[in-house]
Amino acid sequence: MTYLAKPRLHHPTLAKNRVGYTRRDYEGKISTLCAGCGHDSISASIIQACWELDIEPHRVAKLSGIGCSSKTPDYFLGNSHGFNTVHGRMPSVLTGANLANRELIYLGVSGDGDSASIGLGQFAHVLRRGVNMTYIVENNGVYGLTKGQFSATADKGSKSKRGLANNDTPIDLATLALVMGATFVARSFSGDKTQLVPLIHAALAHPGAAVIDVVSPCIAFNNHSGSTKSYDYVREHNEAVNRLDFWPHREEITAEYGEGEVIDVPQHDGSLIRLRKLHADYDPTDRVRAMAYIQEHAARGEVVTGLLYVDSDACDLHRQLDTVDEPLNTLGAAELCPGSAVLEQINASLR
Amino acid sequence: MQKIEAVNDFVVKFANINGSGSASANELVARAILRMGVPVSPRNIFPSNIQGLPTWFEVRVTEHGYLGRRGGVDMMVAMNPQTWDQDVREIEPGGYLFYDSSRPLPRARSRDDIHVLGMPLTEICNNSYGDPRQRTLFKNIIYVGALAQLLGIDPKEIEKLFGEQFKGKEKLLDSNVQALNLGREYAREHLKPIGLSVERRDKVGDQIFVDGNTAAALGCVYGGATVCAWYPITPSSSVAEAFVRYTQKLRVDPETGRRRCAIVQAEDELASIGMVIGAGWNGARSFTATSGPGISLMSEFIGLAYFAEIPAVLINIQRGGPSTGMPTRTQQSDLLSCAYASHGDTRHVLLFPEDPYECFEMSAQALDLAERLQTPIFVMSDLDIGMNQRLCRPFAWDDSVEYDRGKVMSHDALDAGADFGRYLDVDGDGIPYRTYPGTHPTRGGYFTRGTTKNAYAGYSEAGADYVYNMQRLKRKFETAKSLVPLPVLTAARYPARFGAIFYGSTSPAMHEALDALAGHGIYINALRVRAFPFQNEIADFVASHSKVIVIEQNFDGQLMTLLVNEAGVNPASLIALRHYDGTPITARFITQEIRDLVSHLNVRPLREGRVA
Repeated sequence: MTYLAKPRLHHPTLAKNRVGYTRRDYEGKISTLCAGCGHDSISASIIQACWELDIEPHRVAKLSGIGCSSKTPDYFLGNSHGFNTVHGRMPSVLTGANLANRELIYLGVSGDGDSASIGLGQFAHVLRRGVNMTYIVENNGVYGLTKGQFSATADKGSKSKRGLANNDTPIDLATLALVMGATFVARSFSGDKTQLVPLIHAALAHPGAAVIDVVSPCIAFNNHSGSTKSYDYVREHNEAVNRLDFWPHREEITAEYGEGEVIDVPQHDGSLIRLRKLHADYDPTDRVRAMAYIQEHAARGEVVTGLLYVDSDACDLHRQLDTVDEPLNTLGAAELCPGSAVLEQINASLR
Repeated sequence: MQKIEAVNDFVVKFANINGSGSASANELVARAILRMGVPVSPRNIFPSNIQGLPTWFEVRVTEHGYLGRRGGVDMMVAMNPQTWDQDVREIEPGGYLFYDSSRPLPRARSRDDIHVLGMPLTEICNNSYGDPRQRTLFKNIIYVGALAQLLGIDPKEIEKLFGEQFKGKEKLLDSNVQALNLGREYAREHLKPIGLSVERRDKVGDQIFVDGNTAAALGCVYGGATVCAWYPITPSSSVAEAFVRYTQKLRVDPETGRRRCAIVQAEDELASIGMVIGAGWNGARSFTATSGPGISLMSEFIGLAYFAEIPAVLINIQRGGPSTGMPTRTQQSDLLSCAYASHGDTRHVLLFPEDPYECFEMSAQALDLAERLQTPIFVMSDLDIGMNQRLCRPFAWDDSVEYDRGKVMSHDALDAGADFGRYLDVDGDGIPYRTYPGTHPTRGGYFTRGTTKNAYAGYSEAGADYVYNMQRLKRKFETAKSLVPLPVLTAARYPARFGAIFYGSTSPAMHEALDALAGHGIYINALRVRAFPFQNEIADFVASHSKVIVIEQNFDGQLMTLLVNEAGVNPASLIALRHYDGTPITARFITQEIRDLVSHLNVRPLREGRVA
C-alpha cells in the first residue's frame, strides 16, 4: 500500500465520459493491499470499465464478503454505496439488495476463500436464481489476510509458501458457474487488462447472473515456484480462447476483423459482443461443450481464459418473480397497504 | 357412577393417526360450536411426521371465553390404537370415552370410572363405501356426526360449513352430508345420551378465528413488507406461506398484474436473513420467519445488522429446544438467544404477542420499528399461538397512519449540503441518518461494514471511534424503550402484595388462573410484558410488590434472567414458575402452583376477600 494521499483536485483537461465524469471520479480510497497485488489490477480494470461504459458511479452498488478481495470495493467507485458483509454470504445480501431496487447495477466482489470455501453454497444458489449482477471472483488460491492457508481453488499438488502440498481436489469456479446456470461465465487474469476490461464491460451489460473468475496472484503468499496461481505460472499456462470487444447498443461498431475468425453475439438490450476466436473449435454459446472444453484443457494443465459462455437471452430473478418495474423500495402505503375496508372483509372471512 | 355434567364448558380430545384427514374433521366440530355462538379454543398436538404417528386435537368449549389450555379431558375420541392406553388414562373420572367398537375391546383396557361409548365406525364405513380412501375420510365425518348428536351441535351449522368448504363441488358436499347423517342416526339410535352439551349462545361477538402465523403474515402485508426471504422450518413455515397467499391477491399492480413484492425461499436460514438484510440496506421493508434453530444459524448476520444498523424483521415462532428439541411442541425458550443474538456486545428489540391479534399488530409495528431504529426486530410468537386457530379481536387498521420510514436523508437534503455522517448522532436519540444506495451522484455514498468505523462510516480501528459507536448504540436502545409497546397491568380487585409477570402465549391461561385464584381468595396483580427493552414500569411493578412470580414456558427462566440483567430488579424478589414439557401452559397448572407458592409463603388469607 502507499501512504501518499491522492490529490482531491482534478486537472481541468482530464477527459470526461458521456455522463460528465473523469476516470478519477471512479476511483476510491487508497488500497491497503500489498504493492503489486493482482486485486489492485482488477480494481483498476473495474474503474476503467465503468468509466468507459458511462455508468454513473452512484448507480452501482458494490457488495463483498470477507477477505483481501472483499476489501477492494473500498478502493474503487468511491461515490457508490458499498457493503462489506459477512464471510461467504455476500450473494444473499446482494440478492436482497437487488430485490429492493432493480434499477441499480450490482457488483459482487469476492475471493476464492469467500466463494469456493466458506461461501460455496451461496455462490451456487445466487447463480441458480439468475440474480442480475456482475460477480467477480479475485481468485488467488490462498487466504491472504490470515497469511497463506490454502483455499478450495488451490490445485492439487500445489505447494504453499511454507512448502506444504495441497491434497484436496480444487474447485473450478467457472465450471461450477456453468453447472449452476450462470448465463455469462468468463475467466481472466488480473495481469491481462486488455482481456479483462472488455469482459467486465460485457458482464455489466449482461441482464442476468454474470461471473468472471479472475486469477489474481497473491504476491505475498502464492507467487513462489510450486504455486499454480503465480504470475509466472499463469502467464505460461494461460490459454485464451477468444478476445472480445463490447459495444453498448448506442455505439456504432467500428472495429474490423478478418472474416472467419469472428463471431458476433448480440445481447438482449441491443448491445453487441464481438469475439475474435483464438481457438477455432471454441463456441461460447454452447454451455455443455464449454464445460467439457474447460475440463479437457485443465487436464493438460492449461487455464482457459476468455468469454467461456454467454446466453444472450438471459432471464433474471425479477422476471421470474414477475415483480413490478418500479423499485420495491420506492413503493409507499398507497401501493402496499390494502387498507381497512379490505381488512374488514378479511375479518368477515375469519368468522 | 359419577357423570360429568357440563353445558358449554368442557374439553373434548381427539386421538388420531397423522395423515388420516382427521384434522379438518376435528376442526369442523370446533367451528360448528363457534357458529353456535359458543367460544372454543382448539389445539393441535401433532408429531414431527407426515403420516402414521399419533396426533391429537383438543377442543375446549368455553362459554366464559377462557382460551388457554385448561388441562384434563372430559371426553376422549380415541381413534388411534397406538395411544389407546395413554388416551384412556387421561380422561377425568366420570368422563366419556368414544371409540371405534368394530373390534371388541378387552375390559382390562378400559376403566370402570368412565362412560364408554362404542360405535362400529370401521364396520359402518366398510358397509357404506367401497373405496379405501373414502372409507378413511368419511370415517372421520361419521364420528363428527355422532358427536354432533351426542353433544347437541346443530347439524345445520356443520352443513353450512360444508357448503362453504365445497362451494361449486356439489358432489363432495352431498357425500359429506350423507356421512354426517350416517353418524348422527347411529348415535341417536344406539348411544346413550351424555352429560356434556352445547347450547346456543351469543358469546363470540365480532371476534375472528385465526392462527397467529396467518395473522403475522397479514401484518407484514399491511405493514408494507416487500421482500420476504425464508427457509422452511416448523412451526414457522405457514407465516411465509400465508404471506405468499395474501400477496397473490393483495399485492398485484392493478394495471400490469405484476407483483408488488418479492418472495424467495432461500437455500438455508443464513441466506434468508442475508437477503432480508440486503433488502433492508437498500430501503425495502423485509422480513423472515423462522424458529430457534434458524435463529442460531442467522446469528452472525444478526450481529452485522445490529452493528451496521440495518432494518430487519424476524418472526420467531418458538418451539422446544435445545438443538432440534421438540419441533412440534411449544416453548418460550429463545428469549435469551434472541435478545443477545450474535457474538460481541449485542442487544435486540423483542416483541411478545399474546394472540393472533397482536401477531398482526406487532408484525406490522415491527416493520416500522426496524426502520425507525435501524436494527433487527424480533416478533416472539410460538407454536401455540402460531399454529392454532384462536378467537381474538378482529384485526384493525388506521388508514390515516403513514409508514414510519425512519431517518433517511433525501437527495434534496444532501444537495442542500446537509452534513451526512452515517453513524453520527445528530439529535441525541442515538439514531443516525442513512441514505439509500443510488440517492445522489456525489454525496451520501458510504461503505457499510461490520468492523469499526468512525461516525462518517470511514474504516477505523481507533478505540475512541469504537467507544463512541457503542455508546451511541446504547442510547439508541434507550430510545427503543419509548417506542415499543408498554406492559399491560391487570390489577387485582383488592390491593395485593404479590405480583405476577407473564408474556406471550401464557396470557389466556394466566387470565383464567387469576380468576380462579381470586375465587380462592388469592389476589395478585399481573403485568403482561410486551417488549424488550423493558420500560421503567416493569421495574416499578417489581419494586411495589413483596414478591413477583415470573411465569414462563421454558426451563431456564429466561425472562427472569433478562429482568435481572436488564431491568435492574432485585433477584430476591422474583419467584420462578416454569412450565416446559412442550405442551401449552394450563390455567390449572398456574392456579395450583401459585396456590402452593402462596401457602408456602405462609400468607394464606385468613378469610375470604382478604388481601393475599
